[in-house]
Amino acid sequence: MRTEALTPRTRTADRVVKSICPYCAVGCGQRVYVKGERVIQIEGDPDSPISRGRLCPKGSASEQLVNNPGRVTTVKYRRPFGTDWEELPLDRAMEMIADRVLDTRERTWEDADGQGNALHRTLGIASLGGATLDNEENYLIKKLFSAIGVVQVENQARI
Amino acid sequence: MAECHPVGFQWVMEAKARGATIIHIDPRFTRTSAMAHQYVPVRAGSDIAFLGGIINYILSNEKYFREYVVSYTNAATIVSEDFQDADQLDGLFSGFDPKTGTYDTTSWAYEGMETAAAAGTRTVAGRQPGAQAGGGGHEFGGRGVALPHSEVHRDESLEDPFCVFQILKRHYARYTPEMVQRICGVPPEQFVKVCEAVTANSGRERTTAWVYSVGWTQHSVGVQYIRGAAIIQLLLGNMGRPGGGILALRGHASIQGSTDIPTLFDLLPGYLPMPRAGIHRTLDEYLASIKSEGQKGFWTAADTYMVSLLKAWWGDAATKENDFGFEWLPRINADHSNYQTIVDMLDDKVEGYFLLGQNPAVGSANGKMQRLAMSHLKWLVVRDLNLIESATFWKDGPEIATGEMRTEDIGTEVFFLPAAAHTEKDGTFTQTQRLLQWHHKAVEPRGDCRSELDFFFHLGRLLRARLATSSLKRDEGLRSLTWDYPMLEAGEPDAAAVLQEINGRHLSGEKAGQMLNSFVEMKADGSTSGGCWIYTGVYTDGVNQSARRKPGSQQSWVAPEWGWAWPMNRRILYNRASADPDGKPWSERKAYVWWDEAAGKWTGHDVPDFQVTKAPSFRPEPGIGGPEGLAGDDPFIMQADGKAWLYAPSGLLDGPLPVHYEPLESPLRNAMHAQQSNPTREMFPRKENLTGPSPPEPGSDVYPYVVTTYRLTEHHTAGGMSRWSPYLAELQPEFFCEVSPELAAERGLEHLGWATIVTARTAIEARVLVTDRVTPLAVGGRTIHQIGLPYHWGVGGGGSIVSGDSANDVMGVALDPNVHIQDSKAAACDIQPGRRPTGPALPRYVEEYRRRAGISVDTGTARVTPHQDGS
Amino acid sequence: MWGWSNAPDPAADTGWTNAPARKGFFTDGSVCIGCKACEVACKEWNGIPEDGLQLLGMSYDNTGGLGASTWRHVAFIEQPRRSVGTDGLTPLPMVAATSDQNTRDGGAETGIRWLMSSDVCKHCTHAACLDVCPTGALLRTEFGTVVVQDDICNGCGYCIPACPFGVIDRRDGPVGARNVGIAQKCTLCYDRLRDDMTPACAQACPTQSIQFGDLDELRVRAQDRVDTLHAAGVTDARLYLADPNDGIGGAGAFFLLLDEPEVYGLPPDPVVTTRDLPAMWRTAAIAGATLVAGAAAAFVRARS
Repeated sequence: MRTEALTPRTRTADRVVKSICPYCAVGCGQRVYVKGERVIQIEGDPDSPISRGRLCPKGSASEQLVNNPGRVTTVKYRRPFGTDWEELPLDRAMEMIADRVLDTRERTWEDADGQGNALHRTLGIASLGGATLDNEENYLIKKLFSAIGVVQVENQARI
Repeated sequence: MAECHPVGFQWVMEAKARGATIIHIDPRFTRTSAMAHQYVPVRAGSDIAFLGGIINYILSNEKYFREYVVSYTNAATIVSEDFQDADQLDGLFSGFDPKTGTYDTTSWAYEGMETAAAAGTRTVAGRQPGAQAGGGGHEFGGRGVALPHSEVHRDESLEDPFCVFQILKRHYARYTPEMVQRICGVPPEQFVKVCEAVTANSGRERTTAWVYSVGWTQHSVGVQYIRGAAIIQLLLGNMGRPGGGILALRGHASIQGSTDIPTLFDLLPGYLPMPRAGIHRTLDEYLASIKSEGQKGFWTAADTYMVSLLKAWWGDAATKENDFGFEWLPRINADHSNYQTIVDMLDDKVEGYFLLGQNPAVGSANGKMQRLAMSHLKWLVVRDLNLIESATFWKDGPEIATGEMRTEDIGTEVFFLPAAAHTEKDGTFTQTQRLLQWHHKAVEPRGDCRSELDFFFHLGRLLRARLATSSLKRDEGLRSLTWDYPMLEAGEPDAAAVLQEINGRHLSGEKAGQMLNSFVEMKADGSTSGGCWIYTGVYTDGVNQSARRKPGSQQSWVAPEWGWAWPMNRRILYNRASADPDGKPWSERKAYVWWDEAAGKWTGHDVPDFQVTKAPSFRPEPGIGGPEGLAGDDPFIMQADGKAWLYAPSGLLDGPLPVHYEPLESPLRNAMHAQQSNPTREMFPRKENLTGPSPPEPGSDVYPYVVTTYRLTEHHTAGGMSRWSPYLAELQPEFFCEVSPELAAERGLEHLGWATIVTARTAIEARVLVTDRVTPLAVGGRTIHQIGLPYHWGVGGGGSIVSGDSANDVMGVALDPNVHIQDSKAAACDIQPGRRPTGPALPRYVEEYRRRAGISVDTGTARVTPHQDGS
Repeated sequence: MWGWSNAPDPAADTGWTNAPARKGFFTDGSVCIGCKACEVACKEWNGIPEDGLQLLGMSYDNTGGLGASTWRHVAFIEQPRRSVGTDGLTPLPMVAATSDQNTRDGGAETGIRWLMSSDVCKHCTHAACLDVCPTGALLRTEFGTVVVQDDICNGCGYCIPACPFGVIDRRDGPVGARNVGIAQKCTLCYDRLRDDMTPACAQACPTQSIQFGDLDELRVRAQDRVDTLHAAGVTDARLYLADPNDGIGGAGAFFLLLDEPEVYGLPPDPVVTTRDLPAMWRTAAIAGATLVAGAAAAFVRARS
């Protein structure tokens, strides 16, 4: 019978990867069990002096977050005045976004204010988000946006 | 805390089992209240009166920790005789300009610094009359503001009538238990019990911690709430000591990190300010405004932090001759924060918008204004795990249903790019206590899912390719940018390489190429790089310290070898204050960091937050600035005078001390002062963002109840990471409102029935939970009913398991002037049984309420409250 | 007096030799914060489908109760203000200085108490579900727990009315979910136990309200906790199903409650529904019980 042969799937995982819960800022340790290049279980890391292996319901649902069958995995595109989504290859989307950034930047660029003080920026582009992202990601976001003159860069910290 | 941070709450439960007293102060009885020894219901928006009451109790009952207060705070510092307090001016401080709604803070300065302080205060200088300028607040996140020098006048007897201590005493004298009852609805017996518990548990042998979640900040006086707690903690000697502090429990995995390495308009990494147009024309001008040579502390080395940042961004192209590329940075000259940007969107000033793991259609106050604004965009890029409401508003948002928007009329081009999850990328989160923790990639993201690291790297690559041959000045910064990260097999940049850039390197000399071990190694001559000076050390000895995972059971209770805390792996900031002025622990029980006389250095359980060989008895020569100017008993090493500020002589835009103002929408007249609400609040009066009347304006009885919003354990913020998850959605499937049995009786609301909640902005519907956990409060001679709304639901979105009206739709947008955070925790509403109207009937229903209340765009916009006699 | 009160080791009684110490849960309702991590961690580990999206209005409980697709259930009980002033306002919360440091007395301040506790299969010493199962699908494991073997269960449903707690049920959907049509309940994470792991719910529990371990040791720990609470003035604290002499022979999963069991939706004095069965057997032949149990174990092995 099957029951007697039961082995926990954590035992047969190909590897265990150390991670951190993506929900709130307590920063609970997670162990991510991987088999066949898929996450098969996420649970608390008992080694963490912060969380001691425990997780709240959201942290406990992390596996469902990452493996959610409803998760969208392709680019969706809505053309101006369109009534529904269309598919779009990722590479094409990236090119289109780059075009739009430069186009808007060109149109809305401000070299200086009325008194001749340098502004060196555009107020035509804005960005919101970062609190759910990695430090390295926030760093590249701020660095790139600053380099192209985008100052309206914001995140949840102010909301 | 049990509600939103259950795993963190294990430590509260452990403390409780060891005898700690738990007090919970909240408009709402939560899962935290259930575990507390004392639950104190307060009226939403009244907290400064409560905190001020505690301050008054401490001062009038001589409960402060005198030695700590005298030695470590600015209690003894003498303030300019020009300063006039709110008590003298009916709720305003000296220096207010009613035309601009701003303060000239010159008169708030320390004695002897009046003129210089104003010149040295960027905030004021940077503020343009009539405009809501951006300075202040976050910009000073890592420090106090600059002082021209640290030669302050002190009276350590604390008796000089113009010393901070005496000002504090006078300022809070009227915050009596009776006043607390009148404003907060907390009976004196209950209030005094809190005061007694907090003061009895503070001193040499004991410490008290204040823990808040960020709902405390979401007020037009949000910064002053936190200041209020800071004053209490400093008076009681609870800062820099184990078991003390003011602990912000933040709601997103790296919201601390995204402030340190800011995706914020007014900051550069490490709390360096964004340069301002016309004021920071050169690097020297910029640096001069951050620090003065005469002030104390580590901000005097800001030149090394800034030049290292510029070297990290622009490499060899950053030279002394070109100010290290300083001119390539864009300049700010106003508020460019989130809500200002939304308003600018409405006015067609913004064409393109990136949303990166954030769902403002649900999560921002006045969701309707947010969605209307996005319909004015030319293009929108949404990067998220799921098809959140902010990505689909053009298709299925509430305004489509009411006919206020038509899909066919919305010209916004929308790109939805699926994001990679935390298991699908390497990187660090900075958690709520400044701890960087590396998470390793477990699997490759599927399909088109990509990390932000990947997206922004490749976007940058494409932009650079397009501008490679440009000769325009505006493109120099992008063309010169260091953007050559090593790539991993999957075609994305190596996050570790980015973290190394953040840490910084020696660029020349015998250590060229090696990682910096500390920000004190940074140089202003271009020989070092470092993308965020406070994170320098995360790659100490070339090793990723944030990935350290020595089990907690195998190290001390401080667990210094798990992850890495900024700065310099210090787990408690300002921990020099855990020892007395002579360097001895205040008590053995609370020993943390102390001076080892024999070894001639500071030692203890944590990395000392002090120059390690500076003896407690050290006194600098007068006139010496910088770190060397810190005395051996100056624990607050980032402050320009080495002391913690009970009173803020500058740096705040709405007052040097917290004062009680009513929320922007309040059923009550301010009992403390004639001035009703924060006169410096930032407002956006327009038809999309109307404000309900508050006394003394007529009409407030149309919206007689207080509505507040909050979170539930089972969901996460705007729901993008929880409403799509069946296991979480089933635990809290529907949007509801919580009301007391008394309010239910008053309005005919039935448990599990429907209710419509209406404010000046819109009306929403929710299922009704009638519960004894909501307490009607006796305030100012009347009963105040409060309605609680969890804000996790939204209308629309692709594939969410559960949906519902969005609580934030009923909230308005007015901002704290210091940090531009919205006043969204206390608004005025009506509640009626039954479902809300649908279709075009909904806006008509809302309009009828406005008509009855006499609301116009000008309602609630008076800065200085008119006297009731009309004068 | 009846039954097997002298037989506290159900695994050995069932014929397991060299069985490990009996395992169980001690769920301490005095420290439960109602976060429901147990519910989610259980579902994640055991692959249990979502179980309905209705707002139930039972305080913050939208799970409702244990069932085939809910193996952990957190009950929320709001106990109303003890008195309300004539003006409709809560009377001043006058509280005597409390020496109690270990229970929820935010309630004492406001007159309201919010009780929470996580329910689960009791893994009874005398398990009627197991007694009545005609296929042998219900198994007494070496850990003394009671487990449904999903490849043996034929979905007859006899076990469902037999359970005095209403724990076990037949999964009736959704289509495509695992084990639809099969009786389902908590296994005390049988697979994890076999690898010396803590059951998923106890592993996740932020406040150690759910404690897992050797049942003997848990009972001692639980009694200590009750003593501590009593000493602190929390006289309401009591253990539920910890007594081997109760109607089910004590439970493998027992509880510390702060009020009567009925308040939490639990039967006050549960009795194994098959209590007459062993009594009859004993009358016939005392040794028979061992033989039958041994035979049952042999039967199980033969099927495996």
